[in-house]
Amino acid sequence: MSDVEVQQATEVAPVEIKRIVVPGEVLAEGMDYLPGEGTFRDNNQIIANALGLMIIRGRLVKLIPLSGKYMPKRDDIVIGMVTDITSKGWIVDINCAYHAMITLRDATAEFIPKEADLSKYFNIGEYVLARIVKVTSQKLIDLSLRGPRLMKLTGGRLFEINPTKVPRVIGKKASMITMIKEKTACNVFVGQNGLIWLNGNEPKGEVLAVNAILKIERESHLSGLTEEIEKFLDEGLKNL
Amino acid sequence: MAYTKRHDGRKFDETREITAKVGVIKNADGSAYFKIGSTEAYAAVYGPRELYPSFLKDPSRGVIRCYYNMLPFSGMGERVRPGPSRRSKEISYVTEKALQPVINLEDFPNTVVDVYIELTETDAGSRCAGICAAAMALADAGIPMRDIVTAVSAGKVGKNILIDLDYSEEAIDDEPVADMPVAMLPRTKEVVLLQMDGQLSEKELADALVMVQKAIDKIANIQREALKAKFADGDRNVIGE
Repeated sequence: MSDVEVQQATEVAPVEIKRIVVPGEVLAEGMDYLPGEGTFRDNNQIIANALGLMIIRGRLVKLIPLSGKYMPKRDDIVIGMVTDITSKGWIVDINCAYHAMITLRDATAEFIPKEADLSKYFNIGEYVLARIVKVTSQKLIDLSLRGPRLMKLTGGRLFEINPTKVPRVIGKKASMITMIKEKTACNVFVGQNGLIWLNGNEPKGEVLAVNAILKIERESHLSGLTEEIEKFLDEGLKNL
Repeated sequence: MAYTKRHDGRKFDETREITAKVGVIKNADGSAYFKIGSTEAYAAVYGPRELYPSFLKDPSRGVIRCYYNMLPFSGMGERVRPGPSRRSKEISYVTEKALQPVINLEDFPNTVVDVYIELTETDAGSRCAGICAAAMALADAGIPMRDIVTAVSAGKVGKNILIDLDYSEEAIDDEPVADMPVAMLPRTKEVVLLQMDGQLSEKELADALVMVQKAIDKIANIQREALKAKFADGDRNVIGE
């Protein structure tokens, strides 16, 4: 490439550098750069704070983690398992370092009488698709089942992927998950906490969808993923 | 007879052969394997997860717990009695203190990160191998940490300062022997563990630490390569979300 071409390329889009980095690695030097998420500054160096994918976009240096537990955030939709029932509501395991709570008020749209047997609504071991309504600084988590699509999950298949891979499974504007749903004729719910529930007409289609999602998890850091998955699904459909 | 040549032909400042791998235990949140000579360590990391008994909880940050364990068949002869011993409790404790300064668990109050280090074969330098494996496993588990931790032992046999003594060198009894495990943060060269058996003069200690720094740089690069190797995949490019 000649010098003129290089200049033109940099003018069109801000310089973008991506690579896998390890904790303690020096990402950038000089005060021109700003430390973003997952990085910190030590004198005039910017250092990685975890194992992940570094992205330098313009002046900002940030790091996307490639592993790690789910960190609860408000308004996330998650899948959880009821582990206990108390007088105030249900305790739910949402696959992270803290348990969550569904209060009586947020459990259903219907009225729950005072002396009601709470296990009739959600019993221990049952799964729910819920929204996080509150996370305190000490990570006390409140869930709600009031809202569109939120419900108790019965039947279907449930499996787990790493929560850091969830954005890739969903894809830009839900492109990836829509493709999987359409091709395999499955109904899929992806919890932000990495639990995935799906239900289809045929077991073979369900297995294909599960395998496609696990493939996304394995190859989430590689490019050309959508085409790979499309090919994988088409080949799988032929062998059904 | 003076020990002027190492029995395996290594140079004085040379470590044994090192193999490192990440993601070896499927059910752990993070795991690693570190082998130096014939000392082999597996580390598994679980968490951050809820901490019980509750009185151990720290409401301002997450805590780390380490378990160092030599398997019964791992020793150089005699069967190692299973279960915690005075020695393994001490090593668990110093490992914990060596890893503590790098991990950053302020976003995970009241939780614990458990680190299990299992040694399947030992030939001296097991706490160093354990720390190297544990640091890689922590990084693999996605724990926020400001650096990796690297450890190596240095020591003295007769008049010579050596790096990474094996058991036969540690056990020489007709000459004075000193053994000193050191753990450092490779970027800033902060010392996070330093223990010693035997005696070293001030000058010998300084010389040993210079040799240790060199070895640490080399081992740290092996650790980093192992962490990155997990994500390598032929010619497909790495991309962001």
